[in-house]
Amino acid sequence: MIIKVTHMCVYVLDQASAYDFYVNKLCFKVHTDVPMGKGTRWLTVTPPEQPDLEITLFPVTEGGIFDKDAVKAMTQLIKGGRFGPAVLGCKDILATYEELKEKGVVFKKPPTKEFYGYEALFADDSGNWFSLTELPK
Amino acid sequence: MEQYKKMYLYKRIVQAKLFMDNHYAENIDLVHSSEEACFSKYHFIRLFKAAYGKTPHHYLAGIRIEYARQLLKTDKSILEVSILVGYDSPTSFTAAFKKIVGMPPSDFQTRHRLRTEKISANPLVAIPNCFAQSHGFIEGKESDVSK
Repeated sequence: MIIKVTHMCVYVLDQASAYDFYVNKLCFKVHTDVPMGKGTRWLTVTPPEQPDLEITLFPVTEGGIFDKDAVKAMTQLIKGGRFGPAVLGCKDILATYEELKEKGVVFKKPPTKEFYGYEALFADDSGNWFSLTELPK
Repeated sequence: MEQYKKMYLYKRIVQAKLFMDNHYAENIDLVHSSEEACFSKYHFIRLFKAAYGKTPHHYLAGIRIEYARQLLKTDKSILEVSILVGYDSPTSFTAAFKKIVGMPPSDFQTRHRLRTEKISANPLVAIPNCFAQSHGFIEGKESDVSK
């Protein structure tokens, strides 16, 4: 029986810039940050109140499963906003929206009431988009 | 009109939170934070708790301890860290740290040091094998996921 998600991967175009976005703007916590040689690092962050879910911020660079063509294709897809890796929950969507806007996060959609509940959409520094929703009180 | 009023209130609460985020190491208290938001102290506590699920006092203690966790991962002493995150004494810092983190700062430092030593000796102990393979961290081994 599978119990939980322990790791998930978000492909990013620049790890240093992603670190700034996820840690300084979204206030995620750094779980592991280890240099792996050849200018790469194993960088994982966790949502502020979910310390056992590691999100790996993985750069789309040549090596491993990515050849030159794959890097080009992935870069285009990420920049073009084709990936929406997750839905992020918050206690108060209006306060979170105002705070993230203040920190320079670009929203594609302001908090809007949908069938599911209030939702806003924003993109990370690479182009991955996330849904921000308010958790049930 | 009601929506604008609500957004204005949120902006002020967010300003107060960001004030705490930026000045946590200083000797700030509820009066500073509520003044930043232009609210009376009690109105401020009520609105802040509604937005963030905790009182401003608890929020400030939380961010101070969170920054302390980061600083304890460097080579700074517990005394230095306690001052850097705004505590008057290492005793009150240790008590607050233990209450929030569940262990004293000295134990936290020891655990972090042991983990760092383990990862430094072999970084692959921190990386699930599928990721290590698919991203080329394991030299000369074909990735199972791209077969």
